Amino acid sequence: MRRIKSVSDLEKWREDVLSRQKQHGLVISVCGGTGCHAYGCKKVRDKFAKIIKKNGDLQKVRLKFTGCRGFCERGPIVTIQPQGIFYQRVQEKDVPLILSETVEEGEVLEHLLYEDAITKRKVTSEKEIPFYKAQHRLVMGNNGLINPKEIEDYIGISGYQALSKALFEMKPEQIISEIKASGLRGRGGAGFPTGKKWEDCRNAPGDIKYIICNCDEGDPGAYMDRSLVEGNPHSVLEGMIIGAYAIGGSNGYIYVRHEYPLACKNAEVAITQARKAGLLGKNILGSGFSFDVEIAKGGGAFVCGESTALIASIEGRVGEPRSKQIHTVARGLWGKPTNLNNVETWANVPLIINEGSQWFSSIGTEKSKGTKIFSLVGKVKNTGLVEVPMGITLKKIIFDIGGGQQDEKRIKAVQTGGPSGGCIPASLFDLPVDFDSLTQVGSMMGSGGMIVMDEGTCMVDVARYFVHFLQEESCGKCLPCREGLKRMGEILDSIIEGKGSEESLSLLEELAEVVADTSLCGLGKTAPNPVLSALKYFRSEFEDHIHQRRCPAAVCTPLIQYSILEADCVGCGACAKVCPTQAIKGEKKQSHLILAEICSKCGSCKDVCKSNAVTVQ
Amino acid sequence: MDLGQVGKIIDKYQEKRTALISILHDIQDRYEYLPEEALRKVASRLQMDLNDIYGVATFYKSFSLVPQGKHFITLCLGTACHVRGGPKILREVKKLLNIEPGQTTADKQISLNVVNCLGVCAIGPVMFVDGKFYGEMNPVKAKRMIDKINKNRRKSGVRS
Repeated sequence: MRRIKSVSDLEKWREDVLSRQKQHGLVISVCGGTGCHAYGCKKVRDKFAKIIKKNGDLQKVRLKFTGCRGFCERGPIVTIQPQGIFYQRVQEKDVPLILSETVEEGEVLEHLLYEDAITKRKVTSEKEIPFYKAQHRLVMGNNGLINPKEIEDYIGISGYQALSKALFEMKPEQIISEIKASGLRGRGGAGFPTGKKWEDCRNAPGDIKYIICNCDEGDPGAYMDRSLVEGNPHSVLEGMIIGAYAIGGSNGYIYVRHEYPLACKNAEVAITQARKAGLLGKNILGSGFSFDVEIAKGGGAFVCGESTALIASIEGRVGEPRSKQIHTVARGLWGKPTNLNNVETWANVPLIINEGSQWFSSIGTEKSKGTKIFSLVGKVKNTGLVEVPMGITLKKIIFDIGGGQQDEKRIKAVQTGGPSGGCIPASLFDLPVDFDSLTQVGSMMGSGGMIVMDEGTCMVDVARYFVHFLQEESCGKCLPCREGLKRMGEILDSIIEGKGSEESLSLLEELAEVVADTSLCGLGKTAPNPVLSALKYFRSEFEDHIHQRRCPAAVCTPLIQYSILEADCVGCGACAKVCPTQAIKGEKKQSHLILAEICSKCGSCKDVCKSNAVTVQ
Repeated sequence: MDLGQVGKIIDKYQEKRTALISILHDIQDRYEYLPEEALRKVASRLQMDLNDIYGVATFYKSFSLVPQGKHFITLCLGTACHVRGGPKILREVKKLLNIEPGQTTADKQISLNVVNCLGVCAIGPVMFVDGKFYGEMNPVKAKRMIDKINKNRRKSGVRS
């Protein structure tokens, strides 16, 4: 790899990369995100590689293994450029056909195209797919264009241009005022103004300052940070280097969850390549500015997403938060001023420097600028990562992009903000998605998880799920969080077991208030949100559990019973075949019966019954 | 047990106390759990109290102080997997293996773990079996997977 010592070196490198890329007539990109991996994209990629290697006519084809393209549910995804053909659910056996038909003959393979659910029309290009149409993919968009392990791919899409602009055309103060003017707010959850944080850290006295990228991403149901670090690690790194120059930082850390092995690996590769190229380390681009980054691995503790706990973890200690009377910008890692931002925040920085704060602030709402990546998951048709301008309505995200409900069950709520957020009922789906609107209705933006729930989701069960989650993840340092959540969990357990009483709900609310008011860190302070929002919008479900001993969504096992309607059962035996506990008896072509005492209430019989004879009450 | 690798791992991090978590990760990757002798060695080389190391090793979920089975089943119970039926799968798997999450079957073959999110939410419920992700799981598919592991084991048992 060449070593870049000046701006002109970088320009020259980019020109070389581009002219080399031009030699490729055709680019086949196989999505290498974790979702696609689960569906077997590696086999698809290997098959392509094998045939291309053998076949002399295919030497001009470039095969790329890219980062996550977001539409994970449709994986493995393969695109072909410059035609812009988008193939979904590609399997190993489709590969020879793609090469012989599409690549050599220019024919589009109908059976691999996405079919519009409403119009039933086959769609060739990504842009026409409803899932992508309403998106504004500024930060995520490049994921599909580059191989995250090749720095040259990033250089080719104007990578590190923002860094060169920042180092040679801007003063640190100018960068900070540009970030401030852009209105960028922290994407990790709280939405603190990024420019203000940088300024505070720059002004904090101290020779050594640290820069941290938070990729702990503990929020269950959110995975955009993983996808960015896996798919475009250099954009995050570039953001960090610019931040370090603006703040005066000399060392940085990317704190990655241990559960994300691919993110750890790709970040490591990116750091090594950037260092070799002279974009990281001593005297970056010959500017005299030096900054280096290391990876710190997390150990699977949700609380380590909290800044002070994360810092404790990097220091090699137990991840317990501390009181934030003195902010981390003044005293953070090893007692030195420390600026910590989330992955997505860092990835936005190069865009703002390149395009300007005015451009950035033209996107979004008055107080929430730019775009936000959400992980649209749960009971919705199209699941995956979506990037939308701030201010877009929930309805647009869930119905236009997400395609609405999965089956006959209607969507009733969306959970945002992870365990610190809340459930927003369908009646409020006209709400614009920005930091402040979501907080107003009792939820929050959080890191961007958006879990859609339908009539088959029990809100009492969801509330209990979050309380147990947080109780387990509580570090145990302060009493309200440690004990309060445990008691809240017990009350919810009793409701689910059909042992709740009228006092259960008032006690739950009282406890929730105490936990929120008196906990030490953000984990405890926001922990009651899922319970309070569920009680606010779905109180009748709690009351049904308590007074009628009934779970309307048919989820809470102690309160439900599976049975077979004699009149509808055709005796096909499919249910008996899948039943993992052999609880279904019956002769072929005769009505079947579920033995309640053996039934594990897993619902497999209901899933396979073609005549809808299995009911649950 | 050969703990020769432990010394090398500590050397790699130049005996830095701040690298404790990384050292433990490397030991766990190498031995698939944290052997007590290894922790004692870390304590003496890093000149740290064994209690503090024990504190860190038990605080973070990635670490295990007991040996793991030959096969790993990790079930994701993140919110997206939860609303799509993750708990049903867990009930089934627990019953099939006759163990709780965090435990290993008596024959030391299969370890069961649950995690709060694997970050593959779009295709939930997700199971991570021996380094591979499986999406859109349900109790029936989970049963088949465990049957397969058991069957392969028996087969390989015959051969050896």
